[in-house]
Amino acid sequence: MSGESTSTRGAATPARGADGAPRGGKRRLPSGPDSLLGILAKIILLGIVDAVAAYALFQLAVGEEWLVFAISLVVTVGINWIYLRKDGLPAKYLAPGVLFLLVFQVFVMFFSTYIAFTNYGDGHNSTKEDAISSIQLSALERVPDSPQYAATVVEDGDELLLLVTDPSGAVGLGGAEQPLEPVQSAQLDATGKAIGLDGYTTLQFGDILGRQGEVSSLVVPLTDNLDDGTLQTQDGSTAYVFKPRLTYDESADTFTHVGTGVVYSDSGEGTFRADDGSELGTGWKIHVGFENFAKAFGDDNLRGPLLQVVVWTFAFAFLSVITTFGLGLFLAIAFNRADLKGKRFYRILMILPYAFPAFLSGLVWSGLMNAEFGFINNAILGGANLPWLTDPILSKVSVLLVNLWLGYPYMFLVCTGALQSLPAEAEEAARMDGASAWMIFRAIKLPLLLVSLAPLLISSFAFNFNNFNVIYMLTGGGPRFSDTTFDIGHTDILITMVYKVAFGTGAGRDYGLASALAIIIFIVVGVISAISFRKTKALEEIN
Amino acid sequence: MTVQIRSGATRRAFTLSAVGASAAIALAACGGGSTEPAASSAPADGGASATITMWTDAERSPALKEIADKFEADKGIKVDLVVKDFAAVRDDFITQAPSGKGPDVLVAPHDWLGTLVQNGVVAPIQLGDKSAEFAESSVQAMTYDGQVYGVPYAIENVALVRNAELVGETHESFDDVVAAGQSVVDAGDAEYAFLLGLDPKQADPYHAYPLQTSFGAPVFEQGDDGSYDVSQLGMNNDGGQEFAQFLADNGDKGTRVFNSNITGDIAKEKFLAGESPYFLTGPWNVPAIEEAGIDFSVDALPSAGGEAAQPFVGVNGFLVSSYTKNELAANEFVVNYLSTEAAQDALFDQGGRPPALLASFEKAADDEVIKAFGEIGAEGVPMPAAPEMQAVWADWGATELSLIKGNESDPAAAWTKMSENIEAKFNG
Repeated sequence: MSGESTSTRGAATPARGADGAPRGGKRRLPSGPDSLLGILAKIILLGIVDAVAAYALFQLAVGEEWLVFAISLVVTVGINWIYLRKDGLPAKYLAPGVLFLLVFQVFVMFFSTYIAFTNYGDGHNSTKEDAISSIQLSALERVPDSPQYAATVVEDGDELLLLVTDPSGAVGLGGAEQPLEPVQSAQLDATGKAIGLDGYTTLQFGDILGRQGEVSSLVVPLTDNLDDGTLQTQDGSTAYVFKPRLTYDESADTFTHVGTGVVYSDSGEGTFRADDGSELGTGWKIHVGFENFAKAFGDDNLRGPLLQVVVWTFAFAFLSVITTFGLGLFLAIAFNRADLKGKRFYRILMILPYAFPAFLSGLVWSGLMNAEFGFINNAILGGANLPWLTDPILSKVSVLLVNLWLGYPYMFLVCTGALQSLPAEAEEAARMDGASAWMIFRAIKLPLLLVSLAPLLISSFAFNFNNFNVIYMLTGGGPRFSDTTFDIGHTDILITMVYKVAFGTGAGRDYGLASALAIIIFIVVGVISAISFRKTKALEEIN
Repeated sequence: MTVQIRSGATRRAFTLSAVGASAAIALAACGGGSTEPAASSAPADGGASATITMWTDAERSPALKEIADKFEADKGIKVDLVVKDFAAVRDDFITQAPSGKGPDVLVAPHDWLGTLVQNGVVAPIQLGDKSAEFAESSVQAMTYDGQVYGVPYAIENVALVRNAELVGETHESFDDVVAAGQSVVDAGDAEYAFLLGLDPKQADPYHAYPLQTSFGAPVFEQGDDGSYDVSQLGMNNDGGQEFAQFLADNGDKGTRVFNSNITGDIAKEKFLAGESPYFLTGPWNVPAIEEAGIDFSVDALPSAGGEAAQPFVGVNGFLVSSYTKNELAANEFVVNYLSTEAAQDALFDQGGRPPALLASFEKAADDEVIKAFGEIGAEGVPMPAAPEMQAVWADWGATELSLIKGNESDPAAAWTKMSENIEAKFNG
C-alpha cells in the first residue's frame, strides 16, 4: 500500500501540470508523505483527541473503572495507530463511523440486552451495598419526644467528639468510643450553648465542612448500652437521639426489626424478605435470566389484547407510509411543474408541518379534535359532534390523519428531490411516442422513483412502527379495551403498549421488562426490514 | 484526474475523521461512565467541595437564588441551582443519584416520596422542634414510613372558585351549587352551571376527589394519624358505587354538569370568559382569574354525598439526596435556611402558593384568596405518596371518564370492576 500511495502521488503532480495549473513552489513542497498543513492538522487534531482521552482515562483511573479504562485505552491507542501510520486509507475513513456505531448502536443494544435480564426498575435501582446503607439510613429514627441538643463539634487529636447542650442547659461530651458524659467547665455563648472546652479544639463551620463525611457518620452512644440510643448530627449544629428500627447483621446478611424481632433475609430476588412475605422497601438490581421475556409472553391478560395491538401496529405503519407517500408524491409532482409561479413559496408552506415538533402537534391536534369545542367539528364540519378521539374506529382514523399531516412533508421533500434527478430525456421521448401523462408517470417515473425511494419507504415503515409520539400525545392509546386489566386501548401500538405495561401499571417502573419487550419489537422490525430490503432488490433490476 | 481528487480527498477525510474521533472518544468516556456509575465527576471522598447542587424548575429558581446568595454570604457555601425540566426530574434523579451525578438537594412534590424512598435515593432529615412551625398537614405529607424526608414550603389544593357577580351567596350542598349555577344558565347569563376540567384520556380523579370523598370513598384506608394503609383500597365500598352513579347521572347523558369534552384548558377559558359561575380549581389558576378582572371568591366545595368533601393536598418541599457527599452543607441549607420565614416569604412571592411555614402563611393570609385556599387545605387529606398510587391513576381515571361519558350501563359494577383491577395489580 505504501508504495502504491507514493506512486499515485508521483502521478498526481504531472497530471496537475498537464491541466495547466500554475506550477510553482507548491510543487516542491510535498517532500514527505503529506503537506505541511496536513501534518499540522494531524498533530493538532490527534493532540486534541489524545488530550481528551488522557483526561477521560485519568478520571476513570481515579474512579477505579478499570473495564471502561481498558476499553478507552485500547480505543485511544487504536486511533493513534490508525492515523499515524502512512497507509491504511480505508481505516482512516471508517474509524470515526465505526466508533460512533459502537457508542450509539452496539453499546446501547448490549446495554438494553443486559438490562432485559435484570430486574432493574423502581425499587431495584442500584447495588446491594447501596440498598443496605439506604435501609439503614431510613431505619434510623429519632426517639420520640427526646430532647433536641445544641451541638458543637470538637476535636481531640484526630478524634471528633460532640459537645452537646440539652434544653435544660446541661452540657455533655461524647465520641464514637466514649459514651456521653456530663462536663462542667464548658465555655458557653450568650444563648447558653456550650461552644468550647479546655483541652479540645472547637471546629468552626469551615473545618466541619471539609470533614462532612466524618461528622455526619459520628455516632455517640448515650450510655454504654447502644440500645439506649445514640446522638448524631446532620448539620453540625443540632444533635438528636436516634435509635435504629432495623439492625443489620453483616455475618448473617439479615436485617432484624428491633421492636418485633422479625428477621428479613436476602430473598434471592433483590430484596430483604421476612418469613411472612413482607419485604423491606428498598431492593437492589439482580440478574433474573429470562423472567422478563416469560412475563411478556406468559400473561393471559396480555396475550389477547397483544394480538389486536400487533395487527393495528402493522396496519398503522403500513397505512401511514402509503398515505404520506401518496400525498407527498402527488404534491411533489404538482409543484414540480416548470411553469408554476411562486414555487418556492408553496414549497415552504408544504414543509411547515415537518418543522413542527411531532410531540407538540399531537397535543394541538387533540385540542382541534375535541368533539364539542374542537375546531374541526365546530368550524369545518359545522357543529357536528363526531367523537374523533374516543370512538374506537374514528380514533384510528384520527391517528392516521394526524400522522399524514405530520409525515407528508418528508415524502414531499424526498419525492421532489428524486423527481428532479430523473432524466428529462426519458419523459420527452415518451411524450414524442404519444404516451399520456398518466402512462409516463406509471410506466416511467414511478418505477424509477421507487428504485431510489424504496429504502426510504422501508425505513419510514420502521419509524412509524415505533411512532410513539403521535399515538401517545394524541389519543394516549385510548379508547381502552374493556377485556383486559391493562391500560391498553384501540389505538395503542406496540411501543406505547410497552411503555404502559412497563411503566404505567403495578407499583413502579420496570426497566427490565421494558427492555425485554423492546428487544422483541426490535427483532420484529429487523426481520420485516430484512425481508423488505431483499424484495426491493427486484426493483433495482428494472434499471 | 482521479488521482488528483484522491490525494485531495485524503487530507479532507483525515481532518473530518480526526474531529469525529475526538468527539467519539469523549462520548465513549461519558457512555462508559454511565455503564459503571460512580465514575468520574466528584473527587474522592474527604475533599468535600464547598458547592452544593440543587435541582429546581424555572419558576422557583429566582426565589431560591436569593436564599442561595444569602447562604453563600453567611456560610461560604455556593449553591449551584440547576434548572431542570420538572417533568423529568424524578426519573433523572432516581437514575442519576446512585451514579454520584445527581444533585445534593432537589425540589419535589411530596407524592414522589414513596418512589424515591423505594429507590433509596433520599435521606431522612430532622426538623426537630421546627416541625411545630409548619402546618401539621404539610409535615405529615413529607413523612413517609415514619420518617420526615423534606422541608415543606408550599401547600396546594383545589377549592370551589365562584364568580361573585353571577352567584352572590354560598351554598350548603353540591346540589344547591348546581341549582344556583343552573338558574344563572337559565337566566341566560352563563353557559355552564359548573366547570370541572377533565383530561380527554383520563378524566381527572385528582380534581374530582373532594366529590368522591364526600361519598365516603377515600382512595386508600386511612389510619387515625392520617397515614394511608396502601394495602387497603378504600374506595371499593358502597360510597364508591354511589359516587359512580353520581358521575353517570351528572355526565354526558345526564345533567351534563360534568362534560367529558371540557378539558382543563377549556374550563379555564370558559370561566375567564364569565360563562360559568363555578370552577373547581387550584391556586395556580388564580393569577389568570385576577387578570381577567373577575370578581371571585374561594369557597370550600360543599358535600355531594353527605360527608366532608376533602380535596387532595399536595405539598412541595426540599429533599436531600442519600448519595450526597455534602451531607452537612446540604442539611444546613435545607433545614436551617429554606425553613426560615424569609425563604418561605420569597418563595410565596414568586409562586403564589400558600406557604407551609405558619408564620409566612399568616402574612400571606392577608390575601383573602390565599387564606381561603389554606383553610380548605387544612381540612384536606395529603395525596398518598406510596408507589402503589401509580397503579391506581390509570384505571381510576379511565373508569371515571367512561362513567361521565355515559358508557357504563351499570355504574356500580364498573366501579367494582375497577377496584378489582387495581387490587389485582397490587398483588401481581
